[in-house]
Amino acid sequence: SFSFSPTFTFSKFQILSRIPQPASLPALDISTNSNGPKQDSLMDDDPEDLFAGATEEVSLDSPERDVLLSDGPSPAITPITPPTSVIAPRIGHIEEEEGGDSFDVHISVSDPEKTSLSVFKQRDFSVKRRFSDFLGLHSKLASKYLHIGYIVPPAPEKSIVGMTKVKVGKEDQSSNEFVEKRRSALERYLMRTVKHPILLKDPDVLQFLENSELPRAVNTQALSSAGILRMVNKAADAVNKMTIKMNESDAWFEEKQQHFENLDVQLRKLHASVESLVCHRKELSVNTAQFAKSAAMLGNSEDHTALSRALSQLAEVEEKIDQLHQDQANADFYLFSELLGDYVRLITAVKGVFDHRIKTWQKWQDSQVLLLKKREAEAKLQFTNKPDKLQQAKDEIKELEGKVQQGERDFEQISKIIRKEVGRFEKERVKDFKTIIVKYLESLVQTQQQLIKYWEAFLPEAKAIS
Amino acid sequence: MMEEVKDVSAGSVHGDTIKVTEVLQDGDTLTFIIVSQKLSGTGEYHVDRTYDDFEWLQQHLYTQEDVPGIQGVIFPPLPVRPQVNASAKVMKQLGFLALGEWQPYCRALETFLQQVVAHRLLSKNPALELFLTSADPPGRQKIKKNLFNRLSQAMEEMRKEGHKDVDEFFQTVRDQNLQLTGSSRTAAEKFLDVVLTEQKIAVACGHFSAALHLCVEPGQDPDHKAFSRVCVKLSEVFDSMRKSMMSFSLNDLNTLGLGLDLESRHLEAEKEMLFRRTCKLVELESARRNAERAKPVRKAAMEEVKKASETEFEQICEVAKQEPLSARPCGNAAEESDSVV
Repeated sequence: SFSFSPTFTFSKFQILSRIPQPASLPALDISTNSNGPKQDSLMDDDPEDLFAGATEEVSLDSPERDVLLSDGPSPAITPITPPTSVIAPRIGHIEEEEGGDSFDVHISVSDPEKTSLSVFKQRDFSVKRRFSDFLGLHSKLASKYLHIGYIVPPAPEKSIVGMTKVKVGKEDQSSNEFVEKRRSALERYLMRTVKHPILLKDPDVLQFLENSELPRAVNTQALSSAGILRMVNKAADAVNKMTIKMNESDAWFEEKQQHFENLDVQLRKLHASVESLVCHRKELSVNTAQFAKSAAMLGNSEDHTALSRALSQLAEVEEKIDQLHQDQANADFYLFSELLGDYVRLITAVKGVFDHRIKTWQKWQDSQVLLLKKREAEAKLQFTNKPDKLQQAKDEIKELEGKVQQGERDFEQISKIIRKEVGRFEKERVKDFKTIIVKYLESLVQTQQQLIKYWEAFLPEAKAIS
Repeated sequence: MMEEVKDVSAGSVHGDTIKVTEVLQDGDTLTFIIVSQKLSGTGEYHVDRTYDDFEWLQQHLYTQEDVPGIQGVIFPPLPVRPQVNASAKVMKQLGFLALGEWQPYCRALETFLQQVVAHRLLSKNPALELFLTSADPPGRQKIKKNLFNRLSQAMEEMRKEGHKDVDEFFQTVRDQNLQLTGSSRTAAEKFLDVVLTEQKIAVACGHFSAALHLCVEPGQDPDHKAFSRVCVKLSEVFDSMRKSMMSFSLNDLNTLGLGLDLESRHLEAEKEMLFRRTCKLVELESARRNAERAKPVRKAAMEEVKKASETEFEQICEVAKQEPLSARPCGNAAEESDSVV
């Protein structure tokens, strides 16, 4: 049956690196001061889909850290095989400040020899990361990539209530569930991040994966994903308030924007449905357990031995079924509910990226308007006898012309990147859903089969009553 | 169809064949169609009855003064009055019987009638024959007779319930009954919760299925088409989950649910009988004391009262011993009544 042990192998994947010549390594700036990859390297024409060569394996069974499938013979272009990451919670030590739990991140690399980055020389290693580290990573990536059009996966949100319970040391069902939920969310977050071909190469990501210790992320309050989303939304609102109806020359963007609006609404509805389903299943589990107890009591009170034995057996069966209901509820939750939640948040990031494009367009338009003004002013100055002012005007104009050109380039680039990102996102979405649904159906089948087995075992007892 | 009302007490109906085949709803009134096979083998009786008619029958059964020790009988329990669009309180009282579109309720009525016909003392009541065979509904006047009043009076004197028994056999039966009544009521309540939650899950699956169906995206984009396909398939899965959950809950309702309900109501009826007997015992003991302490003037009268009380009590005990008791101490083979699952 479907179990959630702490180490849960997610997936392994390959991507083709963008190396211009087969033999050389990519020019990657690993210094921590870099502000993200240089713009030029992103302009490579990459006609093929980045994921054309991707193989994905999902392991349903429980967790072996070395379930890594070895690759076949290496193709001409050296692949960078990004790590499989597996996360186990390490709770012994609860920290005092915001940031709470520490987690062990286990990283396994399938072909260390083949990688061209120093990080991945080891086959298996693990690092310890705090929750705030994850948030810190996300905030850095968001500030670097969101505004140029990359869909940066949102980090899990902080929960004051949940964290407080864990801090207080409450060893109960709900705080265990909370930690598991958080662990699972972090794992999904990290996997989404490293699956992104650009993000994987980011020095902050690499540092996150390899450094034994990370400096404590400062002021994670301001950097929580909710905070980022709020900033994105504020930006979006600001854009709307300026009542720019952007002259959308590209129907593709309009269509996609509408599409994502619809998708957002639909996914939220689905999410609400699933939450209600999960809630009822949990209720069923509780009720079944209570019924089992009362059936056992009834069995004890009964004189008639066959009946009393049957009732006791019934109570046992119902207890087992209660466990099944719980497992099913977990499956509903962890598979669907969390997936839908993730996608609702992802779509917010997508919408943010679209908004950034509009902002970029606006900036470009603004500098064009300013240029026009300056040109007019310069024209006027031509007739006055103020050579230094004229020169100044000419200088300003030159500067502005540069700005306008840059603005146009920025706009084109963000549009281009968004197109690619959306294409990748859509493909991922379908894959994700398919995978989850397959997992879910399999768990459903197993649950039903188990249910049948329990009842079939009980049948002879029931028949023996008379 | 007009049949002669026979005054032969054995009844002309085959008890096991009694079926409540239909329930008709007219506004707020429910009418039940009862079909039974003639003993003579020449056909069937079809009658329609309302709950009032059932109550009429029950009262006639209670007021059989001519049967000695009638208070020792475990009267087959009649379910609570059904209500269309019931209030929450009534729903709780009805429990399982309120669900499943009155089908379990019909089964409960059936069981009631079958048990009455099967009872060696109650089946002789002419009211039963009238009820089962007469085309016209039997009289609907309320009959207030002594026994009925005494029954309700007895209910008020709950403190007598714990009164110690003179008979070890009955003390054991009373103790056992107390335990069983509590356990079976709890089990029935908990199982009702399970059944109701199963129904809620079915509804939630339905909602999810509908929401998935709305996720179908138009257009030729291969990703969109793939996603739509996945959603439609999943929607079908959840729809069949809904159906399966509904059928689980209906099955549960009609089998264990109904069984637990019948069992717990039967145990309540047994409890009432035992209580009546206990009250009689208290009455007897006080009559004995009165007879002892009576001044010679009143002595003879008190002795009469005591004798009458003794006889009544003995008759009740006799009758009670032959009833299908839930407990059979002294090692007798336990005979389960029809209503026990």
